[in-house]
Amino acid sequence: MQPVVILDNRQLELTVNRLCYELIENHDDFSKSVIIGLQPRGIFLANRIANVLTKKFRIDSLKTGKLDITFYRDDFRRKVNPLTASSTAIDFIIENKNVILIDDVLYTGRTIRAGLDAMLAFGRPARVELLVLIDRRFSRHLPVQPDYTGRTVDSISSERVSVEWKETEKKDQVLLYNTSKTDE
Amino acid sequence: MSSLSVDHLLGIENISPEDIELIFTTADNFKEVINRPIKKVPSLRDITIANLFFENSTRTKLSFELAEKRLSADVINFSSSSSSVKKGETLIDTVNNILAMKVDMVVMRHPNPGAASFLSKHIKARIVNAGDGTHEHPTQALLDAYSVRERLGTVKGKKIVIVGDILHSRVALSNIFCLQKLGAEVMVCGPTTLIPKYISELGVKVSHKLIDALNWCDIANVLRIQLERQDIAYFPSLREYSMQYGLNMNVLNQLDKPITIMHPGPINRGVEITSEVADSEHSIILNQVENGVAIRMAVLYLLAGKIERES
Repeated sequence: MQPVVILDNRQLELTVNRLCYELIENHDDFSKSVIIGLQPRGIFLANRIANVLTKKFRIDSLKTGKLDITFYRDDFRRKVNPLTASSTAIDFIIENKNVILIDDVLYTGRTIRAGLDAMLAFGRPARVELLVLIDRRFSRHLPVQPDYTGRTVDSISSERVSVEWKETEKKDQVLLYNTSKTDE
Repeated sequence: MSSLSVDHLLGIENISPEDIELIFTTADNFKEVINRPIKKVPSLRDITIANLFFENSTRTKLSFELAEKRLSADVINFSSSSSSVKKGETLIDTVNNILAMKVDMVVMRHPNPGAASFLSKHIKARIVNAGDGTHEHPTQALLDAYSVRERLGTVKGKKIVIVGDILHSRVALSNIFCLQKLGAEVMVCGPTTLIPKYISELGVKVSHKLIDALNWCDIANVLRIQLERQDIAYFPSLREYSMQYGLNMNVLNQLDKPITIMHPGPINRGVEITSEVADSEHSIILNQVENGVAIRMAVLYLLAGKIERES
C-alpha cells in the first residue's frame, strides 16, 4: 500500500519557515537560547531550522548541538535488538540558557523524556521548549507536549510517520505508512 | 550489528573483528560521556557487578570500578587477600556465594590461565576476564588497539612492535590477537629468553634488536619486566636489560621517523622506559588510561544488554 504524503517539499519548506518565525517571536536574537537536535533524526530538522535562522533571518552565532539519548532509554534490555548509539556534540554551556529541543516526530514521548534526562547531564537550563515537525497526538505514553508544532497528525499504532530530507533521502517530504499486515 | 557475538568476554581469541568494531564505536560514545559535566548514564542502574580480584591490581581495578559507576551499576569488590579463599574455599563456591546475592556480572582477575573460561561453564552470570595468569587480558588489548586507532586513524595496515617480557605477558598475547584481527602487522622484540619459542606461529615477526624493531614500526608498545612472574633469572641484571631494550631519548632520536610510545602500566621509570620518553609528546600512555574507562564501559554495556530482565 502506498504511503500518504502529509507534507510535500513545498509544504515542508513553508512549515519550517513558519516554525522559525514562531521561534524568533519568543527568542528574539537567540543570545540567551540554544538549539539541541535529538539523534538520530531530529538533527536534520535542527540543522534545517538553524540554516534558515542564520541565512534568512540573519541570526548571528546561533548555537546548535546534537544529543544522543540511547543510554537514557527506558527500553534497554527490553527489546530484542539493542540500538547503536549515535554521536553527541554539545560544545556550549546550557547553564541558564533557554534550550529548544528539536525532534522530527513526537509519538509516545519516551524519547523526549530520555532527551531531558540526557540534556541535564550538561547543566541546568533556564527553560526547555520542545519543537517537533509532526505531533502524533493522542498517542502519548507520558505527559509530554510540544511548544512548537509543524503539523498535528491523528494516527494509530499500526501507522508510521516518516520524515524524509533532501540530504538523506533526496527529497523533503513527510509520509504516513500503514504497517498493518491485515489490510485489503 | 548492535550485539556482541559472545556472552562473556573471556579473551580476544574468540571474538570477531565485528565485535571489536562494535566495542570501538560504543566506546566513542562513552568517551564523550566521560567528558561531560555529569559523567554518568543510567543504563546499568538495575545491574549489580562483582569485581573479583584474586591477584593484585590497582589501575585495572580502578578503571573497571569507575566504568561500572559511570554506568550507574551497583558495585561490590572482593579481593582475595582478605577473604574466604584463605580459608580454603574453592573458586566455584566463592563465586556462587556471591551470585546468591543476585549479582548479574562478574569481572575477574585470577592467577590461573583459563580461570575465567572455567568459571563461565559453571555459573550463570556474565563474565569479563580482567586477566587470567599469563593467558589473556582482553580489555587491555581493546583499549590499546583503540588508542592506536585514535592516534593513527586506523589500525589496518599499521605496524606495531611489542617490546619486553613477552613470555609472561597476557597483555602481549591479547594485543597480538586483537591487532591482527584488525589487520595490523605485529612484531615482538626482546631478549631471546623472554620471547616464547614458537611465537612466530601466531604470524608475528620476531626481533632481538630494539633499534631495528623501532625503525620498522609506527607504534611501540613497551611492557614492564614482570619480576613477580619470573621463577628464574631471564637476564643478568635490570641494568643490562635497560641498556639493550630500554627506551630512551637517544634511541628515539636515532630513528628514521618519529614513532608513538604506548605502555600498559605501571611504568618502571629507568628500566624499560625513561621518564623523558614516558612524559614526552610521543607517549600516549595517559590517553590509554582514559580510553580504558571508555572501553570498559562499552564492554559492560554491550554484555549487560544481553542479560534478560527479570519479569
